Order: sequence, then C-alpha cells, then structure tokens
Amino acid sequence: MKLTGAEIFVESLKKEGVDTVFGFPGGAVIHIYDKLLNDNEITHYLTRHEQAAVHAADGYARSTGKVGVCLVTSGPGATNTVTGIATAYMDSIPIVVFTGQVPTALIGNDAFQEADIVGITRPCTKHNYLVKDVKELPRIIKEAFHLASTGRPGPILIDMPKDVIMAAAKFEYPEKYQMRSYNPTMEGHPGQIQKAIKAIHKAKKPVIYAGGGVILSNAAKELTKLAKDLNIPVTTTLMGLGGFPGTDPLFMGMLGMHGTYAANMAVSHSDLLIAIGARFDDRVTGRIDDFAPDAKMIHIDIDPTSISKNIPVDIPIVGDVKRVLKKMFKMMKDEKPAKKDPYKAWRKEVENWETDHALGYKHTKVKIKPQYVVERLCELTKGDAIISTEVGQNQMWAAQFYKFNHPRNFLTSGGLGTMGYGFPAAIGAQIAYPKKHVIDIAGDGSIQMNIQELATVKQYRLPVKIAILNNGFLGMVRQWQELFFDKRYSSTCLEVAPDFVKLAEAYGLVGLRAETVADVDPVIKEALKTKCAVVMDFVVDREENIYPMVPSGASLREMLLV
Amino acid sequence: MRHVISVLVENEFGVLSRISGLFSGRGFNIESLCVAETIDPNVSQMTIVTRGSDEIVEQITKQLRKLVTVIKVTDFTGTDFINREMVLIKVKATEGTRAEILSIADIFRAKIVDVSPKTYTVELTGDENKISAIIELFRPIGIIDLVRTGEIAIARSDKSVKTRK
Repeated sequence: MKLTGAEIFVESLKKEGVDTVFGFPGGAVIHIYDKLLNDNEITHYLTRHEQAAVHAADGYARSTGKVGVCLVTSGPGATNTVTGIATAYMDSIPIVVFTGQVPTALIGNDAFQEADIVGITRPCTKHNYLVKDVKELPRIIKEAFHLASTGRPGPILIDMPKDVIMAAAKFEYPEKYQMRSYNPTMEGHPGQIQKAIKAIHKAKKPVIYAGGGVILSNAAKELTKLAKDLNIPVTTTLMGLGGFPGTDPLFMGMLGMHGTYAANMAVSHSDLLIAIGARFDDRVTGRIDDFAPDAKMIHIDIDPTSISKNIPVDIPIVGDVKRVLKKMFKMMKDEKPAKKDPYKAWRKEVENWETDHALGYKHTKVKIKPQYVVERLCELTKGDAIISTEVGQNQMWAAQFYKFNHPRNFLTSGGLGTMGYGFPAAIGAQIAYPKKHVIDIAGDGSIQMNIQELATVKQYRLPVKIAILNNGFLGMVRQWQELFFDKRYSSTCLEVAPDFVKLAEAYGLVGLRAETVADVDPVIKEALKTKCAVVMDFVVDREENIYPMVPSGASLREMLLV
Repeated sequence: MRHVISVLVENEFGVLSRISGLFSGRGFNIESLCVAETIDPNVSQMTIVTRGSDEIVEQITKQLRKLVTVIKVTDFTGTDFINREMVLIKVKATEGTRAEILSIADIFRAKIVDVSPKTYTVELTGDENKISAIIELFRPIGIIDLVRTGEIAIARSDKSVKTRK
C-alpha cells in the first residue's frame, strides 16, 4: 500500500519513537497538519511563534536527552526557526526541524513564501536536507535522527516541498542507516588515556574543567566518580552546570567571565587542566595567552575540531566522554598514585580562595537583590527544579546562585546567548516533565522577546513559572556601559514596559509581584502552589551588577569583585 | 604555508556550497578549488589550494572531515604527489613578436590552440611554477586574456585517496 509524504512523515516519526512535536502550521505543510489532527500517538503543541517552537523542542531535548522535533511551514515559518536552530547548534543540542517548502517546480522562482532555508541554515545545522523525492523521505528521516543524536549532537533540518508531501510511495522504514562519510570516534585511544592517567598521577595541582559534553554524553555519574575517587577540585562551564553536584565540597563553581574567584584562581595556578567535554570558549578562557599558563592540558572531547582550536592541548583524547571515563577507570586500577590523597595541599589552597572571596552580594532589608530571589528559588524548590534562563544578568545570577545537583536541570543558551530562549525552553521541559517545577529565570528585557508564549502555556495548561528579575534595564549591557562607557546608558533603559502582572492576567494566568524582601518568599510559595502558569514580577535593585567579572580581553586572574 | 588538500565528497546537490561556505564562514582562504566527478559517479573529488599556519590548516582539515558529506580528506603537503594546472593565455601577436611567442610556447611544450591575425592562444599544463614562468614571459609581450583551471593533484606511485575518512 502506498502512503503520501504526509503519512510517511507521521509514520517515520513514530518509528523514531517521537510522541511530541512543536510547531506552527502553514500552506506548505497543511497536509501534514491534517494527518496530525486525529493522530493518537503524536501530540502537536502549537506555539505562537516558530522561534519558540524550536526553543521548546530544544528545551525538551536538553531536559530529556531525546531528540526534539519541530514542524513549520515554508518561507517566514522556516526563517523564523533560524535563531532557534543556531541556538541548538552552538550548544550541540539534538533536534530535527522539518520545514515545508514550495512545490519542487516552483523552487528558485521567488514563489510565495519561498525561502532557501537549506542555504540559509547550512552554517548553523549539523547537516540539512532538501527532499526531492518522496521515496527518499524515510531514509532521510532515519539519517536525520541518527545524525542529530550521535557524535557531537546538533540540529538537523529537513526541507520538504509541498509536492513531495502530497506524492505517494510505498512506505518502508529502513532498519539501518548507511552513511560511509559519518563515523564519529566514540572510543578514546588507550595510549592517550594511559598518558592522561600518568599526567594525573604526576600532577600536584590538577583541576577538572567540565563542560556541556558531560551532560550530552550522560556522564555526570562518571565525572563525579573521577573527581571524588581522586579528590580533584572541579569547575564547570555554564553548559556543564549539573554535571557535577553543585553542593559538593569539591565543586568550586563556574569558571570564566562570571566564574567564581576560586575557580578562576585554581585554573590560573593549576599544573594540570583536565578538560572534559568543554571547548575553551572565549567567555571561559579570558585572555588566551594567560589561560592556565602553567598547566599541562588533557582534553577529552568527541569533536576533533574542538581540540587545539583555541589552546594547544598536550594530551588530546577524541571520544565520547562517558566511554572514555569508563575506560580510564578500568585502566586506573592497574596504576596507583604514589601516595594517598596527593592533592591535599592543593585543595587547601583552593579552599583559601573560596573563603577569601566567596560568591556573595550585599543583602539589604527592603530592596530586593536579584541574587536573593535566585537563592530563595533554590531553597524553596530544594534545588530540584528545572531552571531555564534568558540571557544576560538573569542567566549569570541563576548560574551562580542556583545549586544544580543533577544534570539536565539547567537549560540555558550558552553559546549563542539567545534572549527569548528561556520561556519556550521551559515549555518544552514542562511538557516532558508535567509534575516537576519548571522555572524560567528571566529579565524584563529577555522575557519580552517571546512573551507571546503565555498563550501556549494557557492553552496546554502548563504550570511553567516565570521569575522576572525586573530592573527596568537591559541589565548586562547596562553593566558594561556603567563599567566601561562611563555610565552612558545608550538604549539600555527600558523606559516603557508592560505591567507583567496584568499581562499574565490578560492571558488568563496568574501574576504576582514582589516589591520588598518580605514579599519574596510568599510570592514564590504562592507560585509553586498554583496549578497554572504564574508570572512572578520581582522588582529588584535596578543597578545591581554581576560579580566576579573578568572584563572582556582580560586574564582570568584580573577579576572585578563585589 | 601553501597546502594542497584533496577532498572526496558525496556527489550530491549543495556539497560545493557546504565546502565553500565552511571556508568563508570560518575565514579560511581558498587560492583555488577544482571539483569534478571521480571514477565512481557517486563521489566527487575536490582539490583545494589554501594557505595558513599549521594550526589553521589542521583546523581546515578537521572541519572538512566534520562535514557529513565529506568522505575523505588528504593534505598532500609533505607527501610525494603530482600537481597540475592548465592555463589558456591569449597573447597579443604582431609582426615582431610572433616568432618569440612560438619559441616560448615551444620551450614550455605549450600548444597553440587558436590563431587570429592579432593573437595567439596558448594552452599549457604544468605545476604552479611552470604556469607562473610562462605568464611572466608573455607579460611584456602583452597578455589580452588569461584563464586558469586551478590545481588538481594526485599521489605518486601506488598510493591512493581511499574512501575512508
């Protein structure tokens, strides 16, 4: 029996175990939407903007580890996904985005709602496809899910012309993919691992620097074991938060531009940096020639292009973080360190840095400090909520003051830095985990970039909580202007803003406002109790800054402190 | 340093723009790029000539390998290989220069492929040095037009660009 392209699409998704699709309909994909209407196995969630559909698929993917799926129409539907795709690409998130396309015969004719989305997204997808024949559709979908989720994960886009969607073909879903040109290296080279073990045993001041690769590879357990067995202090990148317990004494906090004093000092003084699933981003390294200047470098990463890209590495190990660490444990059994707990003195040094300049802020009695809000959110959710963030100060405060003990509980746009990411990502996570607290820590600037999604949470009765740290500014840029541009606040003051409480109410949701410190706990408690989505508007100290801060272009040890 | 890199790719739509997009997007330089089908019609071969420090060329080859449609990347630099380029040069011919043009062409074993009352068109195959040399000799005589193919390369002896990354 023959199926149409639309039917093949639906059946192929089922073969991949997909039960959740985020999207927005249009002319080019109308036949697919018709098939989705009464389908029992796949639930489609209608966002109010295609960008939000991609972020929601991304949040779903980050929180579950599954591939997120998104479906949009051609032209503007497709171009609206670009920011979402680029966001997923920079953070290596497995999603598959399906776009409609004008009929094959019209491609290249500047047809209505035509855009060369394969051309546009070529540099921000891991791979993309234009389906030219309906017979190819099952194979392409099979390949796309495989590519998205293996190796260094990433977004895949499949562009489907309308005539392909309408054409019929015999449906046979391939059991296996065949791609001679795609073979990611999974197993680390034993010789390299051996060298790494030797270097670890020889080191006096080792530091583990773990990134998002630990989360993506589901290697939080292995990372924790490595650090605890050897008693090595750990710092993570923004993307690595939750990969190691945030409350563990070995954890120094995040490193980099807004990293902790201890983490940045430890890296700067270390003699062995063990980079695991991290990519030496400029926000992490600061001035590159003074990054861990005395350290030998071990770098475990699945992507060879990440190795020695920014910083030359002494012992590269290409492979999947989880598999490499497991192999390392096995090989370590045969090789014991010279003495028991050889890094004790080093840890004492780290502890001193921790006590010298712990993360902190000047608490006030009335005015709400944004850090205090994040601390209270952490406390009142027992550190167990899924937190998404927007981008800017809200993101950094969330990263510093919410203590993540589990992986996949922190959803943030690290690489691209996409304002407007947090709320739709929270929607994706809430759909995956209906019973969990999912909170978007937002700024009053960022939240307005996808605020239309209040309608989505209302429609699907999603109890997402939004905590707006409302300072009336685009706070991070304002902070830079304060510090480096003589307080010339060019276009960073949000002179006009909606009343967020009334706005929530306009969507049929609950809005709560906290204006003083005394309001904070009651507002959070009330929100957590509420069954529907809640917008919490925290009126915070307007010109609070995020510290420590390594100014752009400075070395990690040149931190501005509170 | 100058590197000659051979890239085997799946012969499919859009693959050239994936490669050229990678170079422009990451600020790598392309001196020349040649592409054509191989003996296997499903596979195309590109020969890319680029310049950069060792670190940059390492990134280039790694980034090329990372592309899903790339089957194999070989950097010929430092290996034993043959590289060739073809050039067509239209030279201004006058009473006084005809003989000189012909003798230069002869020395280089170039072919005269077109003659008109005022021009000779010369075809030459060779490596970069040979091509540059003939251009320099024709320049004072007067080059009206010049088209180069860009370089292609192949390993010497029994070595082959196998279909493995």
